[in-house]
Formats: sequence, structure tokens, C-alpha cells
Amino acid sequence: MTSEPGLKPTPSQTVGPFFHGALLDEDRSELVPPDHPEAIRIEGTVYDGAGEPVSDAMVEIWQANQAGRYNDPSDNRQDLPLDPATFSGFGRSGTDEGGRFSFVTVKPGPVAGPDTGMQAPHIMVSVFARGLLKRVVTRIYFPDEEGDNANDPILSSIVDPGFRKTLVAYDEGDALRFDIYLQGENQTAFFEL
Amino acid sequence: MRQRPTDETVGLRPKDNGQPPYLYQDYVATRLRAPKEPLIILPKTLSDMTGPAYGRGPIGELDDDLTRQHAGEPLGERIIVTGRVLDGDGRPVRGSLVEVWQANAAGRYTHHLDRHPAPIDPNFSGAGRCLTDNEGRYRFVTLKPGAYPWKNHDNAWRPAHIHLSLFGSSFRSRLITQMYFPGDPLFEQDPIFQSVRDREAQQRMIATFDLEMTEPEWALGYKFDIVLEGRDDTPIEDRR
Repeated sequence: MTSEPGLKPTPSQTVGPFFHGALLDEDRSELVPPDHPEAIRIEGTVYDGAGEPVSDAMVEIWQANQAGRYNDPSDNRQDLPLDPATFSGFGRSGTDEGGRFSFVTVKPGPVAGPDTGMQAPHIMVSVFARGLLKRVVTRIYFPDEEGDNANDPILSSIVDPGFRKTLVAYDEGDALRFDIYLQGENQTAFFEL
Repeated sequence: MRQRPTDETVGLRPKDNGQPPYLYQDYVATRLRAPKEPLIILPKTLSDMTGPAYGRGPIGELDDDLTRQHAGEPLGERIIVTGRVLDGDGRPVRGSLVEVWQANAAGRYTHHLDRHPAPIDPNFSGAGRCLTDNEGRYRFVTLKPGAYPWKNHDNAWRPAHIHLSLFGSSFRSRLITQMYFPGDPLFEQDPIFQSVRDREAQQRMIATFDLEMTEPEWALGYKFDIVLEGRDDTPIEDRR
């Protein structure tokens, strides 16, 4: 990914089908308790290129807290509140027989963009699976942020509106739906880091 | 209309530094799972230049010794696997979670979907974790995993390997890989290993036997250093 001189990275290899005992032995899909007053539920299904659910994937998320601050010392913006004891910002969910994953979390605040200006609220997503030699990376944006989404520098960099829309979750009332299509006509937009 | 690149070009470019492509035809499961649309370049922001501290609860005392997690001793060749986790500039990645999983000495995973008719070892779960120290060093005691058959192609066998999962310093440095053992005759027919096309890059997935790490009359030592992506080349203060 980077071409500067230095040590060359260890190549990625697939997570394979047998990771559950090591990576999913603890449930980390609830970033806040379901009874948190501002809890949101995100659910979705991972599909392959034939439209079949992917039952052996692992989805990870990383996000800022409600104030827009990341629980990482690298984000040293002291003016924004941090709640490390109660909100890690990291979540992990396996997919079930139906390819379904879910998270309970809070909506992140806006975060500074690559240049000036802000990014719309979003959640970083990694998907690992048998048959993926390296993870795919995408983002979840929020359907109630139309104005911010329209100005978001990353969303705006995707020219095709249909492709761009794959990054915006769908409001189902009691949950936000974010389906991930690894391949095919409806393929989700994925990033190169 | 979206640009339609050829399958071979998605995720396989010289700047990938030996990373495998998404689509590698010989590894059959990639055919319906590899994305085919062009990837969107993601500029660096706080969202990916930060990352989880290590993403899970406290490390247990026996989590780094897979041979002592049950009442009895598991069967197999006891080994020590150790090395350093470094960023692209050779700096140690400190206090970072390393998660491992593997088959037992007979080539069988403790997993309900593994139907290989090799014995399950009641004294071996095959899962462990540890944190890197101040030099970026990690260390596991385990057993040498066995090779096992799979259904990718006729008479397909995976070379012995240990899965490793690492976080590193940011979202960008997240890595899941597999560590292989030197001189394995199964490399040539294994499409997962061969998906890394560059021979030098293949070597970066193979541990080296290390007599100094070997504990006399106890366990063979293997050294496996890991280099993560995502070095921090811009001061974070400048990205506000």
C-alpha cells in the first residue's frame, strides 16, 4: 500500500473458516448496553457474488464517540470529551448461517476531514472471510445526515451515485440496515487504504 | 458508467508490496467473494490513523501457552513461536494484541465445521493471545500444527500454518495472516500460499527455525517477525 523504502509488510492471508474460537469467544458486538438511552442497532447481511449469504465472515467496526473523538491516544483533542471506560469504539461480530451480523452502538459525532472541513458521521468497517485473501474496508454513513453526507469528502469522491449510496445505511425504524455485497451488480464500495 | 477493470488488476498492483490480490482463481472461494469494482482511494484522516487499543478484555495467564490450557498435556511436537511486530520503519509496535489459532498436531481444528477425520485432542483448543512488549516482541508456546486436507481441488492439502491476527497502531495496520514452517513440501500446490505471487513476499510468511529460541529438552524455537502497514508519517496534530 505504501511504496516508500523501508521494511516490506507481511502479506495478508485469509482468516479461513475456523477462527471463531480465537476471535469470537467473547461477544464484542455491543459497544453500549442495549438499554443505553441513545443506543442504535445496526444489522446487515454479507452476500457473495451469487447473492448467497456469507455465513463465515467476521465484521469489525471502529468509530468515534458521540462527540466525534476516537478512543486512541493519537486523537489528542482534549477539548472533546472521552469516555474510555464506557466506550471503546471497537466492535466485532461474526455472521450467522444467514450471513447476518449486528452491532449495538451509538451514533458517532463528526470527525475532521483530510483537508479542511468535517466528515459526515461514519463508522469504519473491515470484513474478513474465507475466500477473502485480505480484508475489505468500507464505511457506514447515516441516512438522517443528508446534508453532511452531501458535503462529505470521501462520499463525494465516489462519482457513481448508485455506488455511493451503498455506503449509506437504510433506516428500518428499529434498526439501521447495512448489507454488504462483496461482489456483483450491487457490490458495496470498498476502499484502498 | 463505472470503469470495469479486468479481474486480474483489482487489488493487485506493484505498490501492493507483495500483498495477494482479492481474486486468485486457483483459490476457488475467491471467485464469488472477491470484489471486482475499482477500490476507492481513502485519504488519511483520524478515522483510519487511529485504532482500537487492542479490542478486547484482559489477557489470561495461560492465554499465551496453548499447551497448558487443559488438565492434561496435548499430543504433538512442542514449539515456541516468537518474534517482533514492527511498523514499516522498523519501529516496534508496543502493547499490541496478537491473537492466534491453529489445528492440532493431527491437523484437526476444534471447530464444529471441521470434518477432517483426524482425532480431536481434548487437551488442545488451539487458540491463544498475548500483548507485544516494549520491543514489540510476542511469544507463544504451542504445538506444531498438522497439515490437513480441504476441498479446493483434487487432493488439496494446506501446509502446516498458524493464523495470526494483529491490530498494530491504527485501523490501517490491521492484519490477519498465516505463519508457515520452513521447507514445507505443500507450498507449491497451496493456492492460499501461492496467492502471494512474489517469491520474496512468500518468504515473509515463513518462520525460521532458531536454535537460540529452542529450549533444551523442552521445545523447538521458531522466529517470525511481522511488519505491519500504516506507519504514521504525518503528525496527528496537523490533521485536525
